[in-house]
Amino acid sequence: MSVNEDIKYDAKLDGILDAATGAGTGKSRSLGSVVTLCLLAVAVVLPFVAQGFVVFQLTMVMVYGIAIMGLNILTGFNGQFSLGHSAFFAIGAYTAAILMESFGVSYVWTLPAAGLTAFVAGFLFGLPALRLEPIYLALATFALAVAMPQFLKLTPFEHWTGGVQGIVILKPDAPFGLPLSQDQWLYLFTLGVGFGLYLAARNIIASRTGRAIQAIRDNPIAARAMGINLSLYKTLTFGVSAFYTGVAGALSAIVVQFVAPDSYTLVLAVAFLVGMVIGGVGWLPGSLIGGAFILFVPNIAEGVSKGLSGAVYGIILLLIIYIAPSGVGGLLHKTADYFARRRK
Amino acid sequence: MALRTCTLLAMAVGASALAAAPAMAQTAPGVTDTEIKIGNINPYSGPASAYGVIGKTIGAYFAKINAEGGVNGRKINYISYDDGYSPPKAVEQARKLVESDEVAIVFQPLGTPSNSAIQKYMNSKQVPQLFVATGATKWNDPKNFPWTMGWQPNYQTEGKIYGKYIADNLPNGKVGVIFQNDDYGKDLLKGLKDGLGAKAASMIIAEVPYEVSVPTIDSQIVQLKGSGADILVTIATPKFAAQVIRKVAELGWKPTHFLNNVAISVGAVIKPAGPENAKDILSTAYLKDATDPADKESPAFKEWEAFMDKYYPDGNKLDGSTVFGYAAAQTMVQVLKQAGKDLSRANIMKEAANLKNFEIGVLVDGIKVNTSPSDFAPIEQLQMQKFDGERWHRFGPVMSGESS
Amino acid sequence: MELFLQQVLSGVANGAIYASVALAIVMIYQAIHHLNFAQGEMAMFSTFIAWQLMQWGMPFWAALPVTVALSFAGGVAIERIVMKPIEHAPVLTHVVVFIALFTILNSAAGFIWDFTIKPFPTPFGTAPVLGNGLLSAHQAGMIAVVLVMLVLLYLFFRYTNTGLAMRAAAANPASARLVGIRVGWTTALGWGMASAIGSVAGMLIAPVVFLEPNMMLTILLYGFAGAVLGGLTSPAGAVLGGFIVGVVENLAGTYIPVVGPELKLPIALVLIVAVLVVKPSGLLGRRTVQRV
Repeated sequence: MSVNEDIKYDAKLDGILDAATGAGTGKSRSLGSVVTLCLLAVAVVLPFVAQGFVVFQLTMVMVYGIAIMGLNILTGFNGQFSLGHSAFFAIGAYTAAILMESFGVSYVWTLPAAGLTAFVAGFLFGLPALRLEPIYLALATFALAVAMPQFLKLTPFEHWTGGVQGIVILKPDAPFGLPLSQDQWLYLFTLGVGFGLYLAARNIIASRTGRAIQAIRDNPIAARAMGINLSLYKTLTFGVSAFYTGVAGALSAIVVQFVAPDSYTLVLAVAFLVGMVIGGVGWLPGSLIGGAFILFVPNIAEGVSKGLSGAVYGIILLLIIYIAPSGVGGLLHKTADYFARRRK
Repeated sequence: MALRTCTLLAMAVGASALAAAPAMAQTAPGVTDTEIKIGNINPYSGPASAYGVIGKTIGAYFAKINAEGGVNGRKINYISYDDGYSPPKAVEQARKLVESDEVAIVFQPLGTPSNSAIQKYMNSKQVPQLFVATGATKWNDPKNFPWTMGWQPNYQTEGKIYGKYIADNLPNGKVGVIFQNDDYGKDLLKGLKDGLGAKAASMIIAEVPYEVSVPTIDSQIVQLKGSGADILVTIATPKFAAQVIRKVAELGWKPTHFLNNVAISVGAVIKPAGPENAKDILSTAYLKDATDPADKESPAFKEWEAFMDKYYPDGNKLDGSTVFGYAAAQTMVQVLKQAGKDLSRANIMKEAANLKNFEIGVLVDGIKVNTSPSDFAPIEQLQMQKFDGERWHRFGPVMSGESS
Repeated sequence: MELFLQQVLSGVANGAIYASVALAIVMIYQAIHHLNFAQGEMAMFSTFIAWQLMQWGMPFWAALPVTVALSFAGGVAIERIVMKPIEHAPVLTHVVVFIALFTILNSAAGFIWDFTIKPFPTPFGTAPVLGNGLLSAHQAGMIAVVLVMLVLLYLFFRYTNTGLAMRAAAANPASARLVGIRVGWTTALGWGMASAIGSVAGMLIAPVVFLEPNMMLTILLYGFAGAVLGGLTSPAGAVLGGFIVGVVENLAGTYIPVVGPELKLPIALVLIVAVLVVKPSGLLGRRTVQRV
């Protein structure tokens, strides 16, 4: 199937990009760590100098980035396709909201709960769905995205979900009497969670399990011949991917202070997909770039023309795709390749 | 070395942002001697973009006010952002308006989900969330949300009026309801049940929801006809309402048909559905209809027409949203006039809650805008009307949910 | 029982809508082996062109062929101008381009023709044909047109050289090139034909749901469901799938208590996924064997 071939093409990317950004060995690794630390330092300073709403926007960029990272684990490393990740995002958000508002659970503990709930949902959904060929899996996940808002407002669950009205959440203050505004604290909290999840994802991918997952992407038949349990690993990957997106959903609920069925429509699932491709399929740091794209580019488009904002957005998207057909990650990869060749 | 570069970079980011941070000291945020900043949030993109017309009409009306010299010598600087009908985006845009653009107020943000999402924020920041463009009942809650105010008659009031009318005039009817499965549909349905009172359970024999994602509502209408109902209450937005009207006629079904007033536009609903199919439909109104032959001749509509030609020439005059935005913007201007020199947020809110028998030409005769510190529902009255195959005829008294 | 028959009939009428879109989807799948998410918006845009032509005074039967021809040209143009430069990019990149096309067409239509609903004329009339108005003349006519398009497509793929070339080019571009097929042009032709079929579908659907920029938004999903259920490689399967989706959805909404009316679409989709788990290539699709 062509989907697999194309993703294989992207897979090369990862290795070279890692070298460029510092996941390789020896010299490039230390350089990479410095770059990472440097970016992290800037990220920590930012909330103390930016306006409150900019801090909020950056927090949302990271939240979307985490969700896209979840999708990237699935698509970039396992070759599966999902148009339904808004559903796992919604499950995470509602789990957090219901735990906080109906059970008085602290927001910190809602994150693992939201992740686990999304993991279970993803695992259960993956069991039958992953028997499908990619194009049918696309339809099945598409259906999931369309169905989720309708489940959320279902009358029998109204007591918990607030039905069509949704749930309003209180924003948490910074702990230990730290002199931080709510926005600054949530930004740093999200940054910490996001960075932790990023490191975890890298470790998973570099592990034995991760290699099995990628082997399935590259050649499912050979992978099976080597004794990899295809359906188990595929379903697990789906679950892990949903876990990440679910945690992002919970963070979004806490940051936005509100959940409602209208927040988690197909539009969101499509935005995740666009963000992943723009950032670069199979390149985890690209997820953050994707998150920035889906948050900021609609604002830019709107600034150009109110009446035609959709068209402007589409044209910006097309232009980026023409410049970087494999996303920003692909572009970096090409550039790195070019310089490497010149040096020789 | 790399680490030092890194520290320097971080410091540079900090310094540049500090330098950029404006140092401002204002008594009334968003107001200068020459202008007042008014923010707005509308869905210009996405599935609800049809409503974006409201935000554009408001902008056009403010342009007219500015061309005529502004309000008390101040021009209106209208900043409208797109939220694509997505609550998280609405929060982002509201914060941008309040914290970055530093608007005095946010006026007519549209949609129940978006307004629910920003309500707590607006109230904690004490920024007026004024005349929200949604008919949910919850906006009239001055005790808990003193910075949030509705504008249009709420959906429950409208439902109650139909319920009372049915209970009084058709007490033996069997009622079938088709409603949009969201906050608006459920609110109106609740009003209908309240209006029917104790009889609601026995009189409503079928309630069928539809999702906005369905292509047609044929199946629902077939089901309602099959239930044996002889009264049909349609709680639907224009496109689906037009489908209902046509399908009912195609089936040769002749129930007493009540149609909610978001879908009464002759130009945008009745004509596409076929005026002959809409004969004898009952509804309510609070705005006059730009496409109604009689209303069209009134001086208020002549004025509206001149406004549309000059300030919003791309606007579709068949679209009732243009009349809606026009009337809402007039209410806003009235509040600013009343507030006079003191355009502090608190005073704007105070004057918004102090509208006394304010008349807007495009409102149905006899309906006036009234608010008080304990009444945050500016328009509360509606009048029944019936379609005669060509135009609406209003009849009976002007009613509110309580006094019919 | 009467209610059951009525719901089946009304489901068949809706099914014709889905089937017509499903045909366009099968067409594009045959040409490029992906789904085109902008297919619905292309059909919507074509329908607006037809509407505009009629507003300018053109009679329906003149506007119809002109629109179909313009849509064909438009489809070819999109392939040549938009898709050609990125033909070697990954599938997901193509998907994102489809999404970009989607938002551009939707937003442009809203800008040019605004969002109020517009009635669209039907050549068949609206007189009731069957079952007390359950099936109107237009709906009967729509079913007939869908079946005619189906036969034409079948003949095209089965008996014309171009049709065979197109299938070959989509199934195996490299080998097709070796036997002398101009793969680039068969792809463009596929886009053009899918766009033309979509324009006919749009003109059949608009009289039922009214013309407005968002009219195809969800119909496309139903069309996908129908096409996938029937088998993406089979025009007949797609049409059958479209009708089944229409009927199943109506019955789920009518007979499943409590959650039925609210969840009729998800229920229909769950059923489709269940069918696909059992029969992965769809009802009438051919099983593709993977080469190792």
